[in-house]
Amino acid sequence: MAQYKMHLLVCGGTGCRASESEQIVENLKSEIKNLGLENDAQVVTTGCFGFCEKGPIVKVIPDNTFYTQVKKEDCEEIIREHVLKGRKVNRLLYEDPETQKHIEDSKHMGFYQKQMRIALRNCGFIDPENIDEYIARDGYAALGKVISEMTPEAAVELLKKSGLRGRGGGGFPTGLKWEIAAKNKADQKYVVCNADEGDPGAFMDRSILEGDPHSVIEAMAICGYCIGATKGIVYIRAEYPLAIKRLKVAARQARQYGLLGENILGSDFEFDIELRYGAGAFVCGEETALIHSMEGLRGEPTVKPPFPAEKGYLGKPTNVNNVETFANVPAIYLKGPEWYSSIGTERSKGTKVFALAGKINNVGLIEVPMGITLREVIYEIGGGIKDGKKFKAVQTGGPSGGCLTEKHLDTPIDFDNLLAAGSMMGSGGMIVMDEDDCMVSVAKFYLEFTVEESCGKCAPCRVGNKRLHEMLEKITSGKGVPEDIEYLKNLSRVIKDTSLCGLGQTSPNPVLSTIENFYDEYLAHVTERVCPAGSCKALKLYTIIADKCTGCTACVRACPVDAITGEKRQPHVIDAEKCIRCGACYEKCKFTAIHVQ
Amino acid sequence: MEKIKIKIDNIEVEVSKGTTIYQAAKMVGVDIPVLCYLNLEHLNIESRPGGCRICVVEVEGRRNLAPSCSTECTPGMVIHTHNLRVMNARKTVLELILSDHPKECLTCSSSGQCDLQTLSQKMGIREIHAVEHAEMSTYRKDFSPALKRDMDKCIMCRRCETICNDVQTVGALSAVNRGFMAVVAPAFEQDLVDSPCTFCGQCVAVCPTGALTPYDDTQKVLRALADPAKTVIVQTAPAVRAALGEEFGLEPGTLVTGKMVAALRSLGFDKVFDTDFAADLTIMEEGAELLGRLTKFLNGDKDVKLPILTSCCPAWVNFFEEYYPSMLDIPSTARSPQQMFGSIAKNYYTQILGVKREDLVVVSVMPCLAKKYECQREEFSTDGNPDVDFSISTRELASLIKSCNMNFDLLPEEDFDQPLGESTGAGVIFGVTGGVIEAAVRTAYELHTGKKLEKVDFHELRGLEGIRMASIDFGGININIGIAHQLGNARKLLDGIRAGMYNFHAIEIMACPGGCIGGAGQPLHHGDSSVIKARSEAIYREDSQKKIRKSHENPYIIKLYEEYLGHPMSEKAHHLLHTHYFEKNKF
Repeated sequence: MAQYKMHLLVCGGTGCRASESEQIVENLKSEIKNLGLENDAQVVTTGCFGFCEKGPIVKVIPDNTFYTQVKKEDCEEIIREHVLKGRKVNRLLYEDPETQKHIEDSKHMGFYQKQMRIALRNCGFIDPENIDEYIARDGYAALGKVISEMTPEAAVELLKKSGLRGRGGGGFPTGLKWEIAAKNKADQKYVVCNADEGDPGAFMDRSILEGDPHSVIEAMAICGYCIGATKGIVYIRAEYPLAIKRLKVAARQARQYGLLGENILGSDFEFDIELRYGAGAFVCGEETALIHSMEGLRGEPTVKPPFPAEKGYLGKPTNVNNVETFANVPAIYLKGPEWYSSIGTERSKGTKVFALAGKINNVGLIEVPMGITLREVIYEIGGGIKDGKKFKAVQTGGPSGGCLTEKHLDTPIDFDNLLAAGSMMGSGGMIVMDEDDCMVSVAKFYLEFTVEESCGKCAPCRVGNKRLHEMLEKITSGKGVPEDIEYLKNLSRVIKDTSLCGLGQTSPNPVLSTIENFYDEYLAHVTERVCPAGSCKALKLYTIIADKCTGCTACVRACPVDAITGEKRQPHVIDAEKCIRCGACYEKCKFTAIHVQ
Repeated sequence: MEKIKIKIDNIEVEVSKGTTIYQAAKMVGVDIPVLCYLNLEHLNIESRPGGCRICVVEVEGRRNLAPSCSTECTPGMVIHTHNLRVMNARKTVLELILSDHPKECLTCSSSGQCDLQTLSQKMGIREIHAVEHAEMSTYRKDFSPALKRDMDKCIMCRRCETICNDVQTVGALSAVNRGFMAVVAPAFEQDLVDSPCTFCGQCVAVCPTGALTPYDDTQKVLRALADPAKTVIVQTAPAVRAALGEEFGLEPGTLVTGKMVAALRSLGFDKVFDTDFAADLTIMEEGAELLGRLTKFLNGDKDVKLPILTSCCPAWVNFFEEYYPSMLDIPSTARSPQQMFGSIAKNYYTQILGVKREDLVVVSVMPCLAKKYECQREEFSTDGNPDVDFSISTRELASLIKSCNMNFDLLPEEDFDQPLGESTGAGVIFGVTGGVIEAAVRTAYELHTGKKLEKVDFHELRGLEGIRMASIDFGGININIGIAHQLGNARKLLDGIRAGMYNFHAIEIMACPGGCIGGAGQPLHHGDSSVIKARSEAIYREDSQKKIRKSHENPYIIKLYEEYLGHPMSEKAHHLLHTHYFEKNKF
């Protein structure tokens, strides 16, 4: 193998590929060839670096130079300057938004400084389609260790000791889950990887599968050894073609290396995986619904118990873990449970991957130790609120999470604290909102999603969420009355209390948490008929400030519904009844005479 | 059985492991309301999707409320079935269901029979809190010859789905769409007639609302009765008399044969006849067919088709036409009693009366919805005139009687008219699972052995078990008999035959639980399967009280053959009393 002086790592995740990162790889390679540098530098397509805001990313190692928003035209310069002459291309370096200085190496970027990568340890470092690169970073060593040195019972015990909890949303202790599945006797058991990532805007699992598929395969094999299963199934969204492709490549390579199949690593342990594609139903992320979907049945949940660990896929004991949970497992076996449990808080160990989105400067994928505060995540990693606006709320936990406010910013993030604050960890969505966001509309937005994604099996979720959404629609269109808030609260509580599965049990969270934390905003909508954030169109009131109006009639001509009247050169008036709040007059007026309330 | 101690509403109770909270509450006298939950214990049918959430209770230490129908008791469980939290939740959920349900109870055909209506009364719902003009989920209506689907009224209890898929294994209905628009429908929301539906109607029998209702021809019957140019005769199936009384508040299992006849006569039917007569005729034909095949078999004919399968049940006929097209030559070709009656009425009785075929209207009162479809089958009509013009159900007859303001209690006991009203005990037991084959055995035995049957009661053929098997000694030869009721059990039996597991000579199959007494046209059982058991006992009671209990001894049957048909399986009998089957294979 050639000893390269330099490696150019190019992000091959879905986001950067959409910005032509594949072409960048081609151009870098051809320029290397043009200059005869084939023995000095190698271009590697990797998984996601997480800093999607500034993609496509090209990282040069060993010096950790971090080029952002690289275009295919920049490749020549990168090779000629950086690789050939050793001079960094300054204009492509990340610029610190505060100091406006170029930062030469990723270790000094705020985005990465507070991060700690366990689940994402290989994302952005290795070529996910090359098993050797995974092995070079201790890949499959954990599997080897477990098979050759540990009994299944001891291996389960180790995981229990680590304190790892399920990363899919529920936070159930993973070791305990494995133990239950291990104890249930059956002729066949199954290990299922839940890769049906359905939260809008979330791409934690996709990035792991695209960037480090072997870590999941290895963990599934370890799980198979622990619970006594020979079959693994990855239930993955059909909308993740790249992740599917890389998983398939990885499984094929693992089979070639004897890491899947019969007699793994020379032992008598047998394990293999297959893929099942989800059709894009959010509820299929719920484990019983997922299992029914795999069985070819309607993807809807059933009452638990029986839990899948007792009676799962085809009636056999089945252990279902999500992608991120699995991705943590090999690291825990290699570095030990003590190492893992030293990270995090009292009851939430390790790290958590979040998809940071919304009105924040650094949108992207981050992995942070449990116990970090929301403030650190939003201001230090996320680089603060976009356009210098004021922070208003952060929504965690996906569509059924809650909205947290200023007062929660210094709360250490973990499963229990988020729950206590009226939100949840969920699978790791984190959406930041600023002063322009109306919290009633935000709740309505999330309800729209759950109404769409409810399977319709149980009455409270099927009808209740619909009614919640209708009520929020009523309030945001200015027809609400104060009693409606009580209606929302009672209905939300009953839906949570009576729904069959996690979807309905959490779907009213956005409503309850926004009522709790932004009660005044609701009140303003239903009493004064005003949207304090100025976002609800129906509640905007357009008036003309008589002192400023010159009677130029520009607004009259702009109004599509003839709502504005007045004599030439005299102050005009807007008929609020006719006005459709389109804002055309506001745009046209040169004298700032239009007032919007 | 392991015992568990729990506490319900401060009452301590010991239950067996595996007992649900709902069952445990019943033991301490608490009837937790349910909507989707269905347990027909005598028939081994259970549906508990846990979807309606009406039966929720509070379990101490549990974060959310638990569905009592599908939550098993665990040691030390402390349960509250009616505290404020529970009552508020139940009421709110019921209001939600009602908010998406048409408010047309006054004119709904299920009014007074509707479980949702009863529950909303019981829970004292007086207003529905929801947004004004809250959206309703609406669907295309679907009419089939046997039943109507008005899915606007569906509350997604999924009972019909369980029945159609798990019990009947027909697979015509399943949940489609998601969220607010989720509904139970045939695949791709096509019409029921384009699905593999057998029209057994058991979905209707368990529907708690007016979403699934029978196709109702009573108006056409009333119009025919009012037409002076028409002679209108009626036939009543054996199972009707064992259930009709329930509609008038009588105990399940009360026989009301005489009052039923009086009521029909009072309604204006020119003649009141008995399908039981045609049942005896069926035995003559089917019995002859069985003996014919048996004799050939015993004489060494290897090609003879055995076992012979009964063909009285129209839903069963639809089922094998759909799912077992390769076995169409196994069932008996004998028509069902309803159709034999129609054929004899339109061809033989018209001659006696001296009326034209088109001026005779034959109405049947059936416990069955598939009969509505059966009488419309093309092969059962001549020049576009059907042998049986209209088939109405037991429930429809009850509502006709009610609408004519008759006091059922005070009606006299009257007898059927002759000649098509005379029947034997063998004809009566057609109404219950195992009855057809028992009736056939009574006749076939005597015809085959030439000896008189000393004991006509074959208890080994009776009961409510889904699949039953028995061997009857036919004078030295053992005749192996299989019996199945509910189509899922029929499928098991048929698959077993195909796999060479069984060695039957004859098999009786009925689509409905318990046979015709559990038909979808019968008074609704509302989840209480003891009703079916009581009806079954009533049928056997009627049989035991009959003077003549073997079909071939029915004097009018004997006369019919002498005067008109010749002998069983004669050419004329073939033409009038037998049929053939078609491959359906819609799926």
